[in-house]
Amino acid sequence: MDVLCPSFPIGARAFFMSALMITPNLRENLDLMKISVKRGWSFISEFVIFNTMSFELGGTSLEIFKKLKDYYWPNKHLFFWSLFMLLITLLITVSYPIILQQTIDRVIKEQQYDLAWSLAGIFMALMIVKGIATYIGQYTGDMFGIRSVYELRNALYAKLQRLPFSYYDNAKTGDLMSRLTADVEGFRFFLSFGFVELFRLIFLVSVSLCVMFSYSVPLTFVSMAAMPLLIVAVFRFDKKVHPAFRDIRKSFGKLNTNVQENISGIHTVKSLSRESFQINKFNDSNGDYKDRYLFTTEIWAKYFPVMEFLGNISVVFLFGYGGYLVMNNQLSVGALVAFYSLLGYIIFPIMNLGFTVNLFSQSKASGERLLEVLEAPEPIHSKKNAVDGSGMKGHVAFENVTLQYREEDQVALKDVNLVVKAGRQIGLIGATGSGKTSLTQLLTRFYEPTEGHVKIDGIPVEDYTLSSLRSKIGFVLQESFLFSSSIKANISYGRPDASMEEIIDSAKRANAHDFIMELPDAYDTMLGERGLGLSGGQKQRIAIARALCQNPAILILDDATSAVDMKTELHIQQALEEVMKDRTTFIIAHRISSVKHADELIVFEHGKIVQRGTHEQLINQTGLYKRIYEIQYKDQLENIYA
Amino acid sequence: MTKQINPSVLKRFRYSTDDVIDAPFNWSQLARLFTYVKPYSRSLLPKAFIAVTITTLIRLLIPILIGVYVIDRALETKDVELLSILVGTIAVLYVVNTIANRYRIRWMNELGQNVIYDLRKHLFTHVQWLSHRFFDQRSAGSILVRIMNDINSLQELFTNGVINLLMDILLLMGVLIILFTLSPPLALAVLVILPMMFFISTTLRKNIRRSWQDVRMKQAKINSHLNESIQGMRITQSFTQENENMAFFNGINEESFESWRVATKKNSMFRPFVEMTNAIGSVVLIIYGAYLIKNGQLDLGAFVAFAFYLGMFWEPISRLGMVYNQLLMGMASSERIFEFLDEQPLVNDKKNPIKIGQLQGHVKFEDVQFGYEKDRLALKGISLEMKAGETVALVGHTGSGKTTIANLVSRFYDPTSGVVKMDGNDIRDLSLSDLREQISIVLQETFIFSGTIMDNIRFGNPHAKDEEVIEAAQAVGANRFIDRLSNGYETEVEERGNILSVGERQLLSFARALLANPRIIILDEATASIDTETELQIQQALRTLLKDRTAIMIAHRLSTIREANQIIVLENGSVLECGNHDSLMKDRGHYHQLVMSQFGDIAN
Repeated sequence: MDVLCPSFPIGARAFFMSALMITPNLRENLDLMKISVKRGWSFISEFVIFNTMSFELGGTSLEIFKKLKDYYWPNKHLFFWSLFMLLITLLITVSYPIILQQTIDRVIKEQQYDLAWSLAGIFMALMIVKGIATYIGQYTGDMFGIRSVYELRNALYAKLQRLPFSYYDNAKTGDLMSRLTADVEGFRFFLSFGFVELFRLIFLVSVSLCVMFSYSVPLTFVSMAAMPLLIVAVFRFDKKVHPAFRDIRKSFGKLNTNVQENISGIHTVKSLSRESFQINKFNDSNGDYKDRYLFTTEIWAKYFPVMEFLGNISVVFLFGYGGYLVMNNQLSVGALVAFYSLLGYIIFPIMNLGFTVNLFSQSKASGERLLEVLEAPEPIHSKKNAVDGSGMKGHVAFENVTLQYREEDQVALKDVNLVVKAGRQIGLIGATGSGKTSLTQLLTRFYEPTEGHVKIDGIPVEDYTLSSLRSKIGFVLQESFLFSSSIKANISYGRPDASMEEIIDSAKRANAHDFIMELPDAYDTMLGERGLGLSGGQKQRIAIARALCQNPAILILDDATSAVDMKTELHIQQALEEVMKDRTTFIIAHRISSVKHADELIVFEHGKIVQRGTHEQLINQTGLYKRIYEIQYKDQLENIYA
Repeated sequence: MTKQINPSVLKRFRYSTDDVIDAPFNWSQLARLFTYVKPYSRSLLPKAFIAVTITTLIRLLIPILIGVYVIDRALETKDVELLSILVGTIAVLYVVNTIANRYRIRWMNELGQNVIYDLRKHLFTHVQWLSHRFFDQRSAGSILVRIMNDINSLQELFTNGVINLLMDILLLMGVLIILFTLSPPLALAVLVILPMMFFISTTLRKNIRRSWQDVRMKQAKINSHLNESIQGMRITQSFTQENENMAFFNGINEESFESWRVATKKNSMFRPFVEMTNAIGSVVLIIYGAYLIKNGQLDLGAFVAFAFYLGMFWEPISRLGMVYNQLLMGMASSERIFEFLDEQPLVNDKKNPIKIGQLQGHVKFEDVQFGYEKDRLALKGISLEMKAGETVALVGHTGSGKTTIANLVSRFYDPTSGVVKMDGNDIRDLSLSDLREQISIVLQETFIFSGTIMDNIRFGNPHAKDEEVIEAAQAVGANRFIDRLSNGYETEVEERGNILSVGERQLLSFARALLANPRIIILDEATASIDTETELQIQQALRTLLKDRTAIMIAHRLSTIREANQIIVLENGSVLECGNHDSLMKDRGHYHQLVMSQFGDIAN
């Protein structure tokens, strides 16, 4: 009957789901534990399973919480409300066994039956207050975390938008994602739950002990006799179960990768008829997952009943010695029953001790990882008094430009000098890694040169406002990344206010209009993960349309037609010719057919310009260009007219 | 925080999160689900059940011992001996309970994990053999979700659900019986809380679960966007869309915040409700119990026992409600799982298929018609012959039927009418695995599995030794780039890891195919333009690969087409022309036109 109600927000489940992903049974048990009544200790101890990390509370943790203060401190009123309500709840919780004792000793034993009504009245009133306090306390506590994390997420997202290309070169999407999801969630969980839990732990244990001592000092000691053992068991269990859980998670991750690769690569599997091989591979990971899971279960099966037993043995001690005390009239029956309830209030938080301590070290680690993102340097931004570039003509000059991405890398560009008059078409050719792409990415300040200057219309690029600079330079990158949105929205990505005519016009120029019109929803067709799958060539054409729609002064096509066949490339080129007329255009390509019509061709090798001139000039020089030409062309010409 | 979200901002990106969360209860589906428990109905299931019964009985017994015997008998009569016997008995029971619990946990989890293992294995194996069409119609993500998440969501049902159901019914019945034995009127009185508890456990919980589901969906949307946004960051920055995206993100973040708020509001009600229900029970007990004691109809021990048992109601009811909710969710998951299990592969082995041994590689199409959809023919009655050892180039626009021919040769589909013959036999009479084992397809895009380069080449033939793998790599010239990698053949690669260029991936897939050593090779030539040096290597590698095999090339490069023994020009599912390069060029027909239009630019 006693109401042993450790307050676990169900929100905890969402956290564990992301953290563990694998243990719905444990997750569901959280539900139970929240409202687990007295004999439900068994399930409470299952909660302990979530202890996952080491126990030390680092000295720097305070500093981390201080740095993140901006996100949670504005909501401090919620936190204080939650604490206040918790205090009320706890006071009533502890007073409950006292009421029980009064009922037994005074109403029943002393036969003051009329007291029953008033006791019941007080009890009901207290429970109503407690109900309300519990509600407000949990709600405000949860909201403290939710609200803070809302701000934190916005800040993180904004930060991501400003981080430079070089940051993304070295960052792994998976790692960033886990920071933005699991760590944010860990932080929220701590705010909603951690502080309050620590408070509860200290309060509940100390007040319960006080009440117990006031009833009977020797009985308190006797019934607490098993506690040190319990603490030892809890911590040992914790130490073992942590790596076991990590193994489950790893194994599940492996199984997941295994299945995912199999499905994504199913055509490869089928084309080599490797189904049986894949099934065996899957069975191995599937079996491994099961084994790991059962291994963890075994630890659980070993410790959990023992922990429960230690709790239960305290009950045996209590009734054995307590019963003896009652017989000798040193203790009332009511007090004995009250002791039983109070014992529960102590055993539960102790079983939970590892988990609570752990919350701190985990949230510290999460906070650290979040700060790493939030405090990453943003070297590239607009200067004060920056020039607006919306009237850009497109005269480009590279002056003694040297670029080295990282110190341990080789030099990507070495002392490059190049002047391109506005409106000219430049073809850049050379092997992979020779510096073609690097050169063009300096224009938009995706990277900044290690030495030398890049100027557009005579003004150094860093003097323009970043947004005006970038919006006047249209980029079609090698990998034509499209967003989960309609084709229309993808084409107008750089100019969300573009009219439908402009969008269609851009698509026509990129030779994409015809195939778009054949799609079920034409321009409203959804792309992306679950949307329609387009071929590589179709994606490239949409990416080209996207760049054209922006109406840039400088257009950069970085291997933009690599995935289309020659015929389509020809179409695109014809369409582009008109587009390129009054824009400076850089075309990066492997196929000579893609660049031969350019006004000037620049041949790169190892970060340097080795040849420049028109197609006709270059094929008459001995050099790299001629060699490429011979391999690509002569061979094919002979093929046709053999 | 209270600012209005502009709805148009939220339409900037769209992510689907439309999974059905629960489905109405369905007996036949449940029965089907439980066929997976059947293998364990004589081993783990009864064992777990016995362990559960023992722990349940002990739990029922202890309050009686404490309430009726310790408090009423021993303490009232001050019988120290009885007290020590009772305390000893309780201690023994707890020891038994500890042992039973240990086995309960072990067996319940073994049962659950085994069932989940079997189910997942069955599903994966089944899906593995399904036809291309199945995979073409669905995104990889949606298939993955079923094999991983939907199965996982049944885990709890099988691990705890089944057995807990039995245990809880037992526990509930036990408590009721004991209460009525102790005092029928008091039992009746405290039962008022039962319907309230059932309501909280089922209806309220369902309501709360739905709002958490909403939270999860909103979170999934945020995650999808974050993932995409990180991958597309270069595009976003180059199109200066940072502020627009931030507005979108603030919007979905706000939505997520809102869903959290609603969920936590509902959720916070749960505990107060449960506590209030318990409190009502307690009040009834205190008032009515005291009254009964006063009239001598109840003694103190029974009163205390009642107090203990009252607390025991909630747990089984709560769990029953949970199992009920799990069942509803399980219905939705199993519906999706069974949908996949009910899919059948499009082609199957005949009864008693011909064992063919090694193929010669002589392929013949006799008036073959085929359509992926009923009313649209992809092949309109074509006949053609590919002699063993010949290289055949299929030429034509997208949709002309090139890929379809390749699909029929490897029997991914069966023709609607007409016959495809292999070495003179109808391929439908041949053993499917025999046939496919001897046909390799080299796809346009090379899929890289995570693992080492060695593993990736060995995918062509899992039994190949390291030396054979290296030999194959050398034969196609892939060794040149592999040797340059930091760990050579042991370099770890990933699906999206861009350590390898397009050309290098292609060489890898050639090595794979060479290692598989098929009789027939189908090659869908890549259109992507690559480094000129690599291009040269690929051309050389092709010669090695195609030697002494029947080769069907879906060709894009003039050099490959020209070297073919036979060129088949296709248009809209019909054969237009057939012959070798010289004869077709001389004819000045469709082929000549095609060559001139596609490659003529070079000539000018």
